[in-house]
Amino acid sequence: MIGGAPAQSRVHPAELLRLGSMGLRTRRLRASLSALGVSIGIAAMVAVLGVSASSQANLLAQLDRLGTNLLTVTPGNTFFGQAAMLPHEAPATIGRLDSVQAVSSTAVVSNATVRRTDQIPPANTLGISVRWTDLNLLRTLQGSVYRGRWLNAATIRYPAVVLGWVAAQRLGVVDLDQPTQVFLGGRWYTVVGILQSLQLVPEIDRSALIGLPVAQDQFLAGDSPDTVYVRSTPSQALSTLGLLPRATNPEHPEQVNVSRPSDALAARAAASAAFTSLFLGLGAVALLVGGVGIANVMVISVLERRSEIGLRRALGATRSLIAVQFLTESLFLSLLGGLGGVALGAGATWVYAQVQGLPAVVPAAAVGGALGAALLVGAVAGLYPASRAARLSPTEALRTV
Amino acid sequence: MNVVELVDVVKRYPGDPPVEALRGVSLAVKEGEMLAIVGRSGSGKSTLLHVMGTLDRADEGMVCVAGHDLTKLGDRQLSALRAQSIGFVFQQFFLLDGMTVLDNTADGLLYSGLPLRERRAAARKALERVGLGHRLRHHPAQLSGGESQRVAIARAVVHRPALVLADEPTGNLDTASGAALLDLLQELHQEGATIAVITHDRDIAAAAPRPVEVEDGRIVRDTGRAW
Repeated sequence: MIGGAPAQSRVHPAELLRLGSMGLRTRRLRASLSALGVSIGIAAMVAVLGVSASSQANLLAQLDRLGTNLLTVTPGNTFFGQAAMLPHEAPATIGRLDSVQAVSSTAVVSNATVRRTDQIPPANTLGISVRWTDLNLLRTLQGSVYRGRWLNAATIRYPAVVLGWVAAQRLGVVDLDQPTQVFLGGRWYTVVGILQSLQLVPEIDRSALIGLPVAQDQFLAGDSPDTVYVRSTPSQALSTLGLLPRATNPEHPEQVNVSRPSDALAARAAASAAFTSLFLGLGAVALLVGGVGIANVMVISVLERRSEIGLRRALGATRSLIAVQFLTESLFLSLLGGLGGVALGAGATWVYAQVQGLPAVVPAAAVGGALGAALLVGAVAGLYPASRAARLSPTEALRTV
Repeated sequence: MNVVELVDVVKRYPGDPPVEALRGVSLAVKEGEMLAIVGRSGSGKSTLLHVMGTLDRADEGMVCVAGHDLTKLGDRQLSALRAQSIGFVFQQFFLLDGMTVLDNTADGLLYSGLPLRERRAAARKALERVGLGHRLRHHPAQLSGGESQRVAIARAVVHRPALVLADEPTGNLDTASGAALLDLLQELHQEGATIAVITHDRDIAAAAPRPVEVEDGRIVRDTGRAW
């Protein structure tokens, strides 16, 4: 042994965990309070990511359910900037495309309003428009009837009306157990049906639908549609979209606008993701504050445990082993906070999802990222206190206070 | 063979003017010796203990502990030397509250890298040796002062160090437990341990096989002086 350098001081790896957690086990309240700071930050981040992932999952599920093969055709503008019209034979010409399964046309009857009774002033439209339609509408939109039935070859010629979901609610027509009439364009119309809500075409939800023949008779409506709905085969939605302008108006395809309503839904899914970055930033600020809390508690801990540091140095701990002990403790604290925060955030996501009727989704990347962020904060927060503990000279640490 | 060898050691503490705590101390401690370093407070005896225990460095002179010239060692090697060759007993015991008596004692071997099971086995033996075999699962707060200091002694000898340094080990104890503790140190000495006790109590010093008296940073009396 004489002359040779003494073997290195070292600690069995399992002991590091015990050493690092000792300070927490003996000061539980303080440990949990300082971990809480990190928990709040992590919980905020996990909840934000979870909630946004849940609503996105919901939007995507909606897209799946509603399909992406519903297309709409609307009139554009002429070369001179005037509003163009769709040819009345457009549904027929569109229907000749191989990839089209169903076509339906509709237009607002601009000189008609619908009211619950004739006592209500005509200006009070409740945002409900009167539209004429053909019999294909329900099939093309793949909608369903909530009460009563859809128009048929007979009722389409008579003063009968089918109300969209929102229109029925606004008019206060909840069921059709009793024969129900509404006052439409100066005449009483019998409500024959109420439609289920159509998420892709909210304009139909807010409409009172009457047949084209009766609209022509009573309101002198033209037969040029303002909207043509097209249901294509699912795999050919995009190619059909490209064919629609020419199929609608072979002479002036440039005066036709085509769109896919489900695109708006997909855009909403993307937009909600962009919005979360703001809240993530807020979560990061909370996490930072939590990290400062941990650093604070660790500095106090180093001051309080001066004699323990002195003792450990006397027992043979190197400076770096002292630093590692306090760093481990700081990491433990932040990990504790991180785990608590993930649980809190996942819980908040679950509650939100339950309340909103969404599928609860907490992305694994969010959990991993949150724990990583917590550990990073713990490491940074522990660095200064640990180096302070390590720099303390053994004699100074052992000096009685 | 000398466990400790100090030659003309000078230790200054910075200040205005600087304080010379040790002014040319030479001391050799042979293996198996027991000495009592006695001196009034401020005489430099604590500094002497720190220098012998490698907790502090000498400014001048040579310090050898267990065959290692301390001036040539860095922090890692000094720490390793403490872990392997030196056991400390402090006036304030310095037992850690969050752990049992057994684990406190096992901490004497912590920095040797041994797994907990082996350290506990050694700690159990050491505690039985100091007469605390029945207190293994207790916590330091449940012990009397005398028992606490015996735990500290068990922790200091659990790794069979070449040198045990006891700094005022009876300072916080009543007379009876103090006497019992000194008896224990005597017994350990008779079993072969090299022990240096630092004290301000002249009676303790007089009872030791080799009293060494320190005054104003110098050794003024040493019966076993090697040169």
